[in-house]
Order: sequence, then C-alpha cells, then structure tokens
Amino acid sequence: MVTLGDYLIVSGMLFAIGFAGVMLRRNLIIILMSLELMLNAANLSLVAFSRFRVQPTGLPDYNVQVFVFFIITVAAAEVAVGLAILVALFRARQTTDVKDISSLKF
Amino acid sequence: MNSILPWIILLGPLLSAVAITLFTLRWKALSSFISVAAVLLSFVCSCLIFSQSGISPPEFTWIELGGVFKVPFGFVLDGLSKTMLLVVSGVGSLIHIYSLGYIRDDKGKSRYFAALSLFMFAMLGIVLANNFVMLFVFWELVGFTSYVLIGHWFYRDAAADAAKKAFITTRIGDFGFMLGILMIWMATGSVIFSEISPRLPALTSHPAFLTIAALLIFCGAVGKSAQFPLHVWLADAMEGPTPISALIHAATMVAAGVYMLVRVAFIIQASPIALLVIAWIGTITAVLAALVATQQDDIKRILAYSTLSQLGYMVMAVGLASNEAAIFHLFTHAFFKALLFLAAGSVIVMLHHEQNIWKMGGLSRSLPITFVTFSVGALALIGCPPFSGFFSKDAILALAYERNTPIFVVGLFTAFLTAFYVMRLLVIVFFGKPRSEVARESGESPLVMTGPLIVLALLATLGGFAFFARKFLALPIEKEAAIFVPALAIIVLILGSGLAIALYRNRTSDPLQVELLRRKFYFDEFYRWLIDWTQEFLARISAFVDRWIIDAGVVGGTSSGTWGIGALLRLVQVGNLQAYLFLFGLGIVALIYFTIFR
Repeated sequence: MVTLGDYLIVSGMLFAIGFAGVMLRRNLIIILMSLELMLNAANLSLVAFSRFRVQPTGLPDYNVQVFVFFIITVAAAEVAVGLAILVALFRARQTTDVKDISSLKF
Repeated sequence: MNSILPWIILLGPLLSAVAITLFTLRWKALSSFISVAAVLLSFVCSCLIFSQSGISPPEFTWIELGGVFKVPFGFVLDGLSKTMLLVVSGVGSLIHIYSLGYIRDDKGKSRYFAALSLFMFAMLGIVLANNFVMLFVFWELVGFTSYVLIGHWFYRDAAADAAKKAFITTRIGDFGFMLGILMIWMATGSVIFSEISPRLPALTSHPAFLTIAALLIFCGAVGKSAQFPLHVWLADAMEGPTPISALIHAATMVAAGVYMLVRVAFIIQASPIALLVIAWIGTITAVLAALVATQQDDIKRILAYSTLSQLGYMVMAVGLASNEAAIFHLFTHAFFKALLFLAAGSVIVMLHHEQNIWKMGGLSRSLPITFVTFSVGALALIGCPPFSGFFSKDAILALAYERNTPIFVVGLFTAFLTAFYVMRLLVIVFFGKPRSEVARESGESPLVMTGPLIVLALLATLGGFAFFARKFLALPIEKEAAIFVPALAIIVLILGSGLAIALYRNRTSDPLQVELLRRKFYFDEFYRWLIDWTQEFLARISAFVDRWIIDAGVVGGTSSGTWGIGALLRLVQVGNLQAYLFLFGLGIVALIYFTIFR
C-alpha cells in the first residue's frame, strides 16, 4: 500500500535533485530544467495531498488539483519566457554558461 | 459738489500720473501740461476747501477684518490739514511751473512730470489721511516717488546712489513707524486718529508702553524729516534736479514728518520722556547740520544742511509740546526754502550746472531778479526782522526759553551759525568778482523760472506777519519772555552775519578749513564702516553655514553616504549565479523559520 508519506518522500527527492541541479550546474538550460523539476515536485506533493484528503462525500479535494493546473500553466509560460531569454542571451554572448554571464558584477 | 473736493485734490495728480505714464510719454509738452494742470486743479480745490467749513467728504471702508481691524479711506479736514493742503499744493504748483523752465530740454521730461504728479498725490494723501494705515501707505508712496525723482538722472552713478540712499535710510525709520502704529493699534484697537485720542487716557497707566510707541512713531519722522541720526540721505539727495530738491526739502517730503508728528501730537504729548527725546533730537540735528553747513562748497548742499537745521527747529518745537510753533515754522520755511532752492536752481542753470560757490561770484549784477529773491529767502532763513523766518524762529526760541534753557542756548547758537553760513553763501555767490568764465557770462533766467521766484519772495516776506499768517494758522501765543528773546536773536544774527561778511569779503578760497565739518562729522564714513562691519560679520557667518553645514554636511554628507553604502553593497555582487541562489535559498529558509516558528 502506497502511503502519503511515500509520495512526499518522492516529491522531496525530486525537489532536492532539482535544487541540487540549480545550485551545482553551470549550464543555463540545465538550470532551467532543474527549476521545472522543483515545480513538478511541488505539484506531485499537492496532488498527493488531494488524493489522500478525501471529503465526506467520498471524493478527493479538487481545489488542490485546480491549483496544480494553474501551476502547470504558469510553469509553461515561465519556460517560454525563460527559453526566449536564453536564446537571446546565447545570440548576444555565444554562451549559456553562468560563469561567463557576470556583467552586473562591479 | 463741495463734498467731493478732497477727492478731486487727491485724484487729480494721480490721474495725471496715470495718463502720462500710459498715454503721453511720447509727447513731452502735453505731459508737462497735464501735470501742471492737475496740480493747479488741486491748488484751486484746496483754496475752495480752505474758504469753506463743514465739508464732509464721502468715505468708504477700505479694509475690514471681522470688526477687529477697520480702515476707512477717509479724510481729515481741520485747520491743520487745510493749511497744509494750501502750502503743499501751492508750493507744488510753483515748482511745477518752474520745472517747465528748468527741465525744458530733458530727455525724461514726461517721466519727470509723471513722477512729480505721483509725488503730489502721495503728499496730499498724507495730509488728508484720517488714519494711520492710510497715512503709512501714502508715506511709503512718498518715499518711493522721492526715490524716482532723486534718481531722475539715473545714468549718473551719484544720482542713482543718492536715490537708493534716500529710500533705504527712510525705510529704516519707517520700520519703526510701522511698529509704533501696530503698538498703538494693539493698545487702542483702532488706527483712526479721532478714535485713538479718546481711548488714550486709559493707557497712561502704562507709561513705558506709551513712551516706546511714541518714540517708534517718531522714528518715522526721523527718517522722513531727516533727523539725526538718519539725516545722511538729505544732503546726497541734492543729486536730483533742483526743483525736486526744492519740492522734497521745502514744502513736502521732509515736512511730512513734522506734519505727522503734529497730527499725532496727542500721543506724543502723553509721554514726557518721548517729548524730551524728540526735543533733543531736534536740537542736535539743528546744531550739527548748521555746523556742517558752514564748511560746504556746493550751493545746494549748503541749502540742504540749512533745511536739516530748520527741520531740527521744527522737531524741537514739537518736542517742546507746541504744535503751533512747529507748524508756523514749517509754513514759513516752506516758502523761503522753496524760494532759496529755486533761486539756487536759477543760478545753477544760468551757470551751466556749476554748483561750486567758489566758481561763482559777482552774480548780483548778471542775475538781478535771482539775487533779490535769493536775498529775501536768505534773510528770512536767518530770521531778519521783517521777513517771515524771524517770526517763526522767534516763536520757537521763545518757547525754548520758557520751557528748556539748555535747548534755548543751543538753539540760539544754531541761529548764530545760520546767520554765518547764509551770509557766507550770499557774499561768495553774489558779491565780489566773478571767479570763473561761466560766472562772467551768465544772464538772467526766463520768466517761467523767475515768476515763481517772485511769488515765493512775496510769500516769504509776508508769511510771518500775524495779519497774514493768522488767516491760515493758529499762531503761538506771545508770552512775556518774547520781548527779551527777539533782542537776543537779533544780536546773534548781527554777530553771525558780520563775522561772515568780514571773513569772506573779496576772498577767492575758503580761509577756514575744518576737516571735521567738511566731512560732515564723518557720518558717512561711520555708517560705511558700520555697514561694512555688520555685512562682513553676517557674510562670515553665512559663509561658514554654507561651507560647513550646507556644502559639507547636507550636500557632501548625502553624496559620501550614498558612495559608502554603495561600496559596501557592491561586495554582495559576486557575479556567481549559484551564490545568489544560495543566498536566496537561505533567505527563504529564514523567512519560513520566522513565519512558522516565531
């Protein structure tokens, strides 16, 4: 029997992997992918809560699932914008390595 | 009809000034005609008013603030203001006519006549005002127009400086005057003369307050009537055209101070200390100015200092609590001093604007009418018996003899000095041999200039006789002492004149050289030093505040503070995205910690 705890562990591991990717990788595309991973980890935990928090009517809590759809939509929009910026940045700098993008430093 | 006469007197010159300024600046002859017509209209209306009594002109409320502060625009028509109206508009008319000749070819003729009209408006306003606020407004207007008139030849630095000096010096006195008005209003709740006087007895329990108020009001007169220590502007004001000198120094501006003092005499006389101060200020002015006059070389400056001296006499009379004597002397002085100035102007014009008396001489032959009229004025000024000055000066001296012996002695000494410097002037200018080419070749002035001289000479001769003066004035009452005083005055007069004649007959340069008097007791130097010093002091304080507080503190502090914070904050910008994210994550953790566990 899969419990809520199992889902949350998986979700936490996904989040940790995403966070580690964001923190450790230097390639912007990978960082962006890791960000998506973190978002989806959050989605997973939300859906798990929805599934395990059954209403008195016997149905799961759909509010949470609607919330998840919103997050997916926002994430799609974010990826579109992020990738566009990334393409523009690559055209300007011929690189996607964050080490080379430090012109805001004094 | 009669009730609007005061309005015509007042508004005639104003309309003339407005019309000239707005429409006829290009047509000089028309401008002068308008101005002369306006002042003659005022004079005729003044005569009509004088001949009638019981005129009650319409008034209106000018300012009203919730019943606390009420200023009507109204007129006072008593014997005093009626006489002053006659003197001001009469002498003013003569000076307007004389100006037609004096200023005939001037570039700024229209401007001159516009300012002259405005001056007459302001001066007549002072005479007619029935409350302090109105008086003060016209008072300032006189100050302003005198500035314009003295600075008529503004392209000459001396004239521009003299105009500024006159304006600023009188403003100093006016500030005190304003404070005095406010004190009186505060204490009595009214600015109208006729309402103040019945409320004043309630104030006698506060003598200090009353004395300060009276002295502050006197400050205004000190500025306008050029009393010590604010007398310095008057002699410099000679830089203006000569008719202006006559107008300002004889009948109007300087007389305004004395007139105002007499108008508010009920306030001043309530305070014995104020009276004493005023009397002594007048006396000091009289003797100082007379001393300075004995050593001046400019014909107009000598007359200016004699004006100061005579004003000192008037203020002395006010201080001795005799309005009659003060106004009597003002009345005769208006005639003979206007006469002297206009005659001096005639000399100056005929000598192509030469004002140094040592370049003149022997003018009695080439300028006979000017000589005779000038002599009449001079004799009146020194108080020679048949002429008007004798009676009025004698009245003041008799008063001083009766009430304050030290003042009497100084007054007598001043009379001696007056005789001395006037005779010096007369002897040097009109007798002996001509001392320069222009003096040799001069001729007599045109009729438009000699006419007013003759009229004024007649007035200066008649003005003192009781049968003439009593028609206009309440003359001071003759006392027992008055038999002894004129005898002394005449002895002093003969002594002074004799000394001057003996000393200056057939001289070509001044045998007396008293540097202290030539430099006018170093008043100008002293004031220059004082102003320099205070200005330097204030400038140093301002420089310190500006340099160290504003520049270094406020401006410099803001910029270096911003720089410093910036230098600190840019250490955070390491340029490593992961480091930012790490800090961001730490921040989130901290936020969660504080929101949930605290």
